[in-house]
Amino acid sequence: MPDDLKLDHVANLARLELTPAEKERFAAQLGDVLAYIAQLNEVDVSGVEPTAHAFPVVNVWAEDVPVAGLPVEAALGNAPEQRDQMFVVPKVVE
Amino acid sequence: MADLIYASLEELAGRLGRRELSAVELMQAVIARTKAVDDRVRAFNSFDEADALEQARASDARRAAGREAGPLEGIPIGFKDVIAVAGQPLTASSRMLANFVSPYDATVTAKLKAAGALCWGRLNLDEFAMGSSTENSARHVTANPWDLERVPGGSSGGSAAAVAAGEAPAALGSDTGGSIRQPAALCSVVGLKPSYGRVSRYGLIAFASSLDQIGPFTRTVGDAATVLGAIAGHDPRDSTSLPAPVPDYRRAVADFAASGRRWRLGIPKEYFGAGLDPEVGAAVQAAIEEYRRLGCEIREVSLPHTRYAVAAYYIIATAECSSNLARYDGVRYGHRSSAAKDVLELYFKSRAEGFGPEVKRRIILGTYVLSSGYYDAYYLRAQKVRTLIRRDFLAAYQEVDAILAPTSPTPAFKRGEKAADPLAMYLSDIYTIGVNLAGLPGLSLPCGFTRSGLPIGLQIIGQPFKEAELLGVARAYEARTAWGERRPAL
Repeated sequence: MPDDLKLDHVANLARLELTPAEKERFAAQLGDVLAYIAQLNEVDVSGVEPTAHAFPVVNVWAEDVPVAGLPVEAALGNAPEQRDQMFVVPKVVE
Repeated sequence: MADLIYASLEELAGRLGRRELSAVELMQAVIARTKAVDDRVRAFNSFDEADALEQARASDARRAAGREAGPLEGIPIGFKDVIAVAGQPLTASSRMLANFVSPYDATVTAKLKAAGALCWGRLNLDEFAMGSSTENSARHVTANPWDLERVPGGSSGGSAAAVAAGEAPAALGSDTGGSIRQPAALCSVVGLKPSYGRVSRYGLIAFASSLDQIGPFTRTVGDAATVLGAIAGHDPRDSTSLPAPVPDYRRAVADFAASGRRWRLGIPKEYFGAGLDPEVGAAVQAAIEEYRRLGCEIREVSLPHTRYAVAAYYIIATAECSSNLARYDGVRYGHRSSAAKDVLELYFKSRAEGFGPEVKRRIILGTYVLSSGYYDAYYLRAQKVRTLIRRDFLAAYQEVDAILAPTSPTPAFKRGEKAADPLAMYLSDIYTIGVNLAGLPGLSLPCGFTRSGLPIGLQIIGQPFKEAELLGVARAYEARTAWGERRPAL
């Protein structure tokens, strides 16, 4: 695998905890994938514009019509923990 | 019952319209069939029998009240478990959403309900639609109805298997790199991925937002036209949906058939090289010959950047996936780790416990290609290659109306065969991925079987937003063959 795939650093950016076994397996598998992906370096892309969406749609105007949003109860319906119409999370600051 | 569970939507609509059949009777037949075969096929994550029958009763009441009935009134349609139906589970076949219930309808769901269709069960998939075999599901593995030891394809494997097994007359799936067309090919049904922007993505769980598109699984081309007509159209809730009128696809298909249109069809030489199973290649060649006999003009075309499509795709799709799946943080919905002591740990542990291995791999890869210092080398370069791939197709369409190709390089493979090798799995999408990168409509329809009885699919790739022509090309072949009429022995 490429030396520069620092799995710990990337997993930290992704906020994803990996077990030692996962790290070992992913390093090998992602190494294969990155080696495969490297073939893109063969392509001459000078002067080529990137495509973010296949069919860019611009200037789509919508009437500014107020519509009812999701009721609070529905929005909280899947909350792991809630209190007083709020999501509860572990303490953020000491 | 056999005639009922394998009847086309068109036939069912006729029988419902003549009152030879009620929506309740049809729903009961589909439920009975599902109960009889799904312990072997395992296409469904869940279904709500009482709710389905209630919807059927409401449909019969509408008909009895004389409300004008469209072609989907009273027809059960299965949903890939990434499309929201209010009040029903929405799991993405992930532990992350094991207990999630949709608070609202996807736009496609609302449209189908308005057309009188019945929202039938929740269909299995590779977790978050990432995979080509439905083996990445955290729920269970779905079997191919044609050979229970083999995969149904993926990621919409449950949708394809359900339609092939008579557990739903039609189903919805989503296609990011082939996830409708490849399972359709492996299960011998019709699968249509519309042009990017043709169908609203509102209420579809996002995987790769610039590639995802919802589309139908059916047993006939005409039925695909019917379902597409019901779900297509501009949606103010999806800014990438095309603000343009939706043609009458059913009428268009009939008109093309009546006029005996002789299509100009392109054969991309890059899609017939190494890696193509000889039996698949032979079946696709025979389909091409059938078009020639129909008087169609067959031309070789070149899509020179095809060999880079999988690489570009796995950069773009994983980058978008890493961004989209950042929302699963254990705070507002989804799995929450009980082991977290602070909010940062809540993110790390909830995501570690909620996501399966393939999703984790893709989040890691996507985060890496977007990370500081690598963006230009990977993501930006891949987007430029995407431009070249799209240009290849648009250049070919200067000469031809549509392109013919295999859908999948091989027939259905055995469970476990590719599960340990992600790259081998990725390469099974080699013929379908370019279509998503270019935003084109693509369709797979049955074109034969291997000697051992496994289905083979013909892929037809259309021009941007010309689904009517695409369906017309498909219907011309379907009308002369009977591959889609074979049924698996279950």
